Amino acid sequence: MASKRKYRGIDQLSTRDKVVVSLMVIVPTLIVLWLVWLPAIGSVLLSFTNWDGIGPLSGIKSVGLQNYRDIATIYPPFWPAIQHNLIWLAVMFLVATPLGMLFAVLVDRGVAGTRFYQTSIYLPVVLSLALIGFIWQLIYSRDQGLINAITGGTTDWYGDPNVNLWAALVAASWRHAGYIMLLYLAGLKGVDPSLREAARIDGASESQTFFKVVFPVMRPINIIVLVVTFIESLRAFDLVWVINKGRNGLELISTLVTQNVVGEASRIGFGSALATIMLLISSVLVFIYLRIAMKEE
Amino acid sequence: MSLAADPVQERSEALLKPHEGGPQSGRRWLLPVMLALISLIWLFPLLLALVNSFRDYAFTAKNGYVSWGGFTLDNYTNAWQQADFGLHFTNSAIITIPAVILTLFLSCCVAFVVARFSYRFNLALLGFFLAANLLPPQALLIPVYRMFRAIEVPLWISDSGTLLNSFVGLILVNMAFQIGFCAFVLSNYMKALPKELYESAVIDGASVTRQFFQITLPLCRPALAALAVLQTTWIYNEFFWATVLLQQGDKFPVTSSLNNLRGQFFTDNNLVAAGSMIVAIPTLVIFFVLQRHFVAGLTLGATKG
Amino acid sequence: MTRPSSEAEYLARMVPPSVRGVDRRTLLRGALGVGALIGAGGLAACSSNSTGSTGVPTGAVTGTVTVGSNQSDAVPKAAVQSYMDAFAKANPGTTVKINTVDHNSFQENINNYLQGSPDDVFTWFAGYRMQFFAEKGLVGDISDVWKNITGMSDALKKASTAADGKQYFVPITNYPWAVFYRKSVFQEKGYEVPKTLDDLNALGAQMKKDGLAPIAFGDKDGWPAMGTFDQINLRVNGYDFHVSLMAGKESWTDPKVKKVFDTWAGILPLHQADSLGRTWQEAAQSLQQKKSGMYVLGSFLAQQFSKGAEQDDLDFFTFPEIDSTIGTDAIEAPIDGYMMSAKPKNEGGAKKLLQYISQPEAQLLALKADPSVIATNQTADTSGYTALQKKSLEYVKSAKSIAQFMDRDTRPDFASTVMIPAIQSFIKNPKDIDGLLTSIEAQKKSIFGS
Repeated sequence: MASKRKYRGIDQLSTRDKVVVSLMVIVPTLIVLWLVWLPAIGSVLLSFTNWDGIGPLSGIKSVGLQNYRDIATIYPPFWPAIQHNLIWLAVMFLVATPLGMLFAVLVDRGVAGTRFYQTSIYLPVVLSLALIGFIWQLIYSRDQGLINAITGGTTDWYGDPNVNLWAALVAASWRHAGYIMLLYLAGLKGVDPSLREAARIDGASESQTFFKVVFPVMRPINIIVLVVTFIESLRAFDLVWVINKGRNGLELISTLVTQNVVGEASRIGFGSALATIMLLISSVLVFIYLRIAMKEE
Repeated sequence: MSLAADPVQERSEALLKPHEGGPQSGRRWLLPVMLALISLIWLFPLLLALVNSFRDYAFTAKNGYVSWGGFTLDNYTNAWQQADFGLHFTNSAIITIPAVILTLFLSCCVAFVVARFSYRFNLALLGFFLAANLLPPQALLIPVYRMFRAIEVPLWISDSGTLLNSFVGLILVNMAFQIGFCAFVLSNYMKALPKELYESAVIDGASVTRQFFQITLPLCRPALAALAVLQTTWIYNEFFWATVLLQQGDKFPVTSSLNNLRGQFFTDNNLVAAGSMIVAIPTLVIFFVLQRHFVAGLTLGATKG
Repeated sequence: MTRPSSEAEYLARMVPPSVRGVDRRTLLRGALGVGALIGAGGLAACSSNSTGSTGVPTGAVTGTVTVGSNQSDAVPKAAVQSYMDAFAKANPGTTVKINTVDHNSFQENINNYLQGSPDDVFTWFAGYRMQFFAEKGLVGDISDVWKNITGMSDALKKASTAADGKQYFVPITNYPWAVFYRKSVFQEKGYEVPKTLDDLNALGAQMKKDGLAPIAFGDKDGWPAMGTFDQINLRVNGYDFHVSLMAGKESWTDPKVKKVFDTWAGILPLHQADSLGRTWQEAAQSLQQKKSGMYVLGSFLAQQFSKGAEQDDLDFFTFPEIDSTIGTDAIEAPIDGYMMSAKPKNEGGAKKLLQYISQPEAQLLALKADPSVIATNQTADTSGYTALQKKSLEYVKSAKSIAQFMDRDTRPDFASTVMIPAIQSFIKNPKDIDGLLTSIEAQKKSIFGS
């Protein structure tokens, strides 16, 4: 079915088309370059200083690698944060994302009331942080929370550092599943119905149809979901921040960056060093993704 | 492959109905029951907050939240009166609407080029956009702040004379942080579109602009709807950059209304919950408006054959 | 060269060497001997210095004065509006434009706010947090306003003075930290206010027998437990050591600091269990519901109690004596107030407004918003005070030295990124005090040495 004709080269575009194509790329590129990459480079450079963010740039003094040394040696929250980020990543990959995909597939079947189901699952994504903080406080509070009231227990869901990460992950999965469902649903709607029909005529069962036919053609969407999960897990921030500003068992790298950079603390250099470490970790993974993607092109 | 919509539509509609229970029609009840159960589990925490937003704080403080009684509408009237929603809803609209539209448009442009003309260069381009999303925005705070303070713009763009304190600056930042994600998602959706569609267009001599607007964009409707919903939610709820870059309370988006309901030490959580419910309405409306695109799906098979 | 007072002197040493060390600035400092000029942003500092000489206008002022306010919730916001309106009314031709930003955003953005286009006058706190901006040249010298201020105690003036001996702050209200309890509970059970640590332990044991949690405790947000540390340190080591420790001049591995944590570990069993998941409001509710006997907190605790009889039932006593040679004459009472930005657009109006804020009329209007705080001006009419306010006033007046609060008395980066996690980890595991103090000291050296 694939065409043998060569028609997809820029070379074969008219001059006007070439201008259009260039503009389509250049404008967004410039915006991202200017407002994301330029500051990112600035941030990397600042990570070698102890600047407090006040005064002219000329007053900045380099301290070499001291921030990085301090982070690895005398900054207690750093290693727990790395560990928590990895746990976060694992739970999102193994639980929340598959759950969201499953919901999308179920909702896609078009049973009566599908709009209601979609809305219910998506609602957590819409809510403001203030509300999400309150909602889970109602459930998890040690003295007044619903769980302890029903079970009669005294588990300190938010305060016990062995428990609170998992409590936060339940809340995070609750939101993440709705988000993934939405993205995946949009992908499922793009699948050619005739494929399913053909599979059904061949006598394939529902799950066979999905795994053998639908899932493979959804490959680009599957990649989206994987990458999104990855980004979200690495940048995970707001939920933990609204619970206790990322302390006492809920340390994540992004909260450490924020604690140091935002507010009066203003350890710009130190915070930038934390951010640079985060950037390095993500870059490695982006690089791996690009390698895989290139091989397949 | 046929470009005609109707036969496919009929076929897909015909498919959906008997599809429900599949061959094993004895388990037809299973799916709705499962979905209803999931929905209830997902809604439950929210309902809990909703109920408490209608309760008096003094009552819940005395009896705890796991109790019954103290119902009142006061939280809603108080929240509405105290939080200055009118002003802040307007600010949010000024920020969110242009930011979402421009983000989606520019992302479509990038994604189209990346998906339509596959070069290695384009993959690198995608990496360039995607990696930008991996940084915690807080890390970029100081450099962006310093740049905005230094860049002077005409007064008709910003009454402060610089990008700092201006809606334009905030919209630009929101765009810059979202384009990467949207471009990535859209390019993957576009890659799933059959190349044959373009083939006939090229043979017809359609320009790039026409291919973009008449073939690609209409086919990306579900993805665009999904992204529009997500982007609206995110940019609308975004508060971090707004406080840093706007600095003036009366320019703040609606999230600040909620913070205005909190005291320095003391917070009436029931009141904040009521305010949060009000604040959530616009994003819900957007979701409902665009939802039909997920329900209906595409009228055209859009998968490589 | 002006000789700084002893308090000012150590505060001057809080300035990081990176800021002090640059040659040009050292030169400036040598030439002018003015601490404010040490700060980065030399231009701003220069202008603030030169404008300082214009003085407070004695006659009428005109134009618009802009005010940055963090009082964003309804009642305090209305109170701010009311005294700003009163000021505008008293000064025809003057308008006051209030830029209200919610408390949290205001605090998180203060550095950027002051370096952007700040309002002429803005709300802030006394203590290191005030000194820091003075050192950096981000706020304006208002010593001439202070020449006209009446009714403020010397302690308040000292609290408004930066390392260079000049004033940068005008107090409006303050509130004490102490041990709060319900009178009805103490009466019913026949409890006596504890005078010493032994009394406290005995009372705690009795309360436990009576089925109460002796001391309510909630540290989910990290800052409330700082108050407990401050109280114990003030009792174990006294005010001077406390201030010196906060200034980064003492070693955290000093046995004196260890004694503070040891003492705390001794009374930790009296505290409500599982405090790290509990907000202060929930802890306060346990006091209100008579499930706890006492609570070490600021007087804003009253906001969790219903107005009227319930608030009247609330009383407090000073944290018990631990060392008789140290006594109990040092307390903690954070001061809130206003500062002027470095380059106000309407300096005359700003100064006049600051002077107005120091006076009883404005302060009493401010109290309407929050009856748990007290006016700082001694001449303010106290006839409208609640019993709790009257007691607070007496308490603050009788204290020999007044600390602010850990996050107001030390570097904010040290307080938030080192001390909050450290204290929380102490609460989790009160056994490893030595390891904890070694870790704090290492981080302190890195932060204060930078």
